[in-house]
Amino acid sequence: MGLGIGLGHYLTVAAILFTLGVFGIFLNRKNIIVILMSVELILLGVNLNLVAFSAELNDLQGQVFALFILTVAAAEAAIGLAVLVIFFRNRGTIAVEDANMMKG
Amino acid sequence: MNSDVVDFASLAPAYPEMLLAVGTVVLLLIGVFINKERSLLVSYAAVLLLAVVGALILFVPAEGVLFNGVYIADSFARFMKVLVVAGAALTLLLAIPSAEENGTHKFEYSILALLATLGMMALVSANDMMSLYVSLELQSLAFYVMAAIKREDPKATEAGLKYFVLGALSSGMLIYGASLVYGFTGHTNLQEIVVAIASEGRSIGLIFGVVFVLAGVAFKVSAVPFHMWTPDVYEGAPTPVTAFFAAAPKVAAMSMFVRLVMDAFQGITSDWQQIVIFLSIASMVLAAFAAIGQRSIKRLIAYSSIGHVGFALVGLSAGTQVGVEGVAIYMAIYVAMTVGLFACLLSFRTEGGYVETIDELAGAAQGRPFVAAIMAVLMFSLIGMPPLAGFFAKWHAFLAAIDAQLYLLAVIGVLASAVSAFYYLRVVKVMYFDEPVHRFQAVPAELTIIMAVTGFFIVTYFFTVGGPLASLAHTAAGSLF
Repeated sequence: MGLGIGLGHYLTVAAILFTLGVFGIFLNRKNIIVILMSVELILLGVNLNLVAFSAELNDLQGQVFALFILTVAAAEAAIGLAVLVIFFRNRGTIAVEDANMMKG
Repeated sequence: MNSDVVDFASLAPAYPEMLLAVGTVVLLLIGVFINKERSLLVSYAAVLLLAVVGALILFVPAEGVLFNGVYIADSFARFMKVLVVAGAALTLLLAIPSAEENGTHKFEYSILALLATLGMMALVSANDMMSLYVSLELQSLAFYVMAAIKREDPKATEAGLKYFVLGALSSGMLIYGASLVYGFTGHTNLQEIVVAIASEGRSIGLIFGVVFVLAGVAFKVSAVPFHMWTPDVYEGAPTPVTAFFAAAPKVAAMSMFVRLVMDAFQGITSDWQQIVIFLSIASMVLAAFAAIGQRSIKRLIAYSSIGHVGFALVGLSAGTQVGVEGVAIYMAIYVAMTVGLFACLLSFRTEGGYVETIDELAGAAQGRPFVAAIMAVLMFSLIGMPPLAGFFAKWHAFLAAIDAQLYLLAVIGVLASAVSAFYYLRVVKVMYFDEPVHRFQAVPAELTIIMAVTGFFIVTYFFTVGGPLASLAHTAAGSLF
């Protein structure tokens, strides 16, 4: 309790990370890699939430959940990059505004 | 000696999943060791495996809660799993005749589809936020690859990319919500969440969590306003892959939706009910109007599926056993109609490839009278014309809403379904009354069989399967109350 950092602070940081991630996906007009990074940011926000709650509640389930999310996040990033690579091979670009073959 | 060691017989409720997991690994090994041109073997073996798994669920009624409460097999889960497996098996079978052209001839496609089915089955049985998230991701990660399975096609890869980005975002929202629910109730198990909500009451943090969870789930069932990925993914992915996405995953996501709100959040019904009613109205109305302007048949089907999710949610909005029963029946009929629709679509094949726009179907009734007749029957069923199956699907859903005194919702639903008649009937009009422009190629036997079976189901629903299906759905819904 030395610096007075409590659950609320952790939740605030997690909420900021999560919001940054969501905005990163929607507002980003440049590069799809940035979207992949934003997805990681969202998952990190969630993990921070879970670990903070886990410590606060003195309950291990939240940390177990966080470990599962870490594992899935790695698989998700791998698949996302793989799909991105074949997209680049077809189109020669990874700009967000070029992913526009389908509209309506 | 060790109490953590369970004997094999006590795992009976999870036998279907275990069989599917082992079978998938065996097929993966077969696919790797046998050379590429034999992948047809893997495709048929995958369909066979799913048939065996489906029979196991149907005829070996083992129920119970397993693995420290993260897995539940009740009659609701069994009902939905049969639908998931049937939808997956039929749509895999649909893909076989046109495998070369659509990129689904690679044996990896069947393996990914089996893994996705495993994820969907685990999702239907998920009884804990952790197992729910992990099985949801098992399903979704396989889907992202399946959407982009035709690697050289720019549209398919774009569809895969869009599916990935929006799918990852929705999973993120779902677990952010789950983390808040965990924080404010102290539990991840659905039954323990119920107890915690009952004793501690609702807090603002919990409601926040529920809203995020429901937003994530709404993405997965493609309910408006979280539907934007659906038309793009349906249009871009190869048609047999779209068929796979349209049938089984909707059932799995919908049953996850039902289990979450009826099980975990049953103590705060009035809170989630508003959200579900909004999702339902928005989906029905937007789909009815947005589909009118579509030229691409796959985009039309995408909006149609968004609309049907809206109708199914009418049943769920009621929050009663009759409502859940309505959802279960709706999903059963939806799977049958979707499989039939895609069988018809894959049967219309011109010298230039598969039909993509509605105009290409012009005069199809002259060249392919059987396929056109089945397609017309399906269109009438999708509108909800009695005595076809689609009518009874909507009837059960609206009945539940009326019972729960949600009159406005039911009225909006009926009006939206009247508007949607316009675009369904246009397809019938184009097939029957326009001049033929294309010659269609011969229809593969597999597709003819699937069309005949689904056509029979739709037309004779009331006299044959309707009664037994309704009583099964009744038992299924009963297990949640």
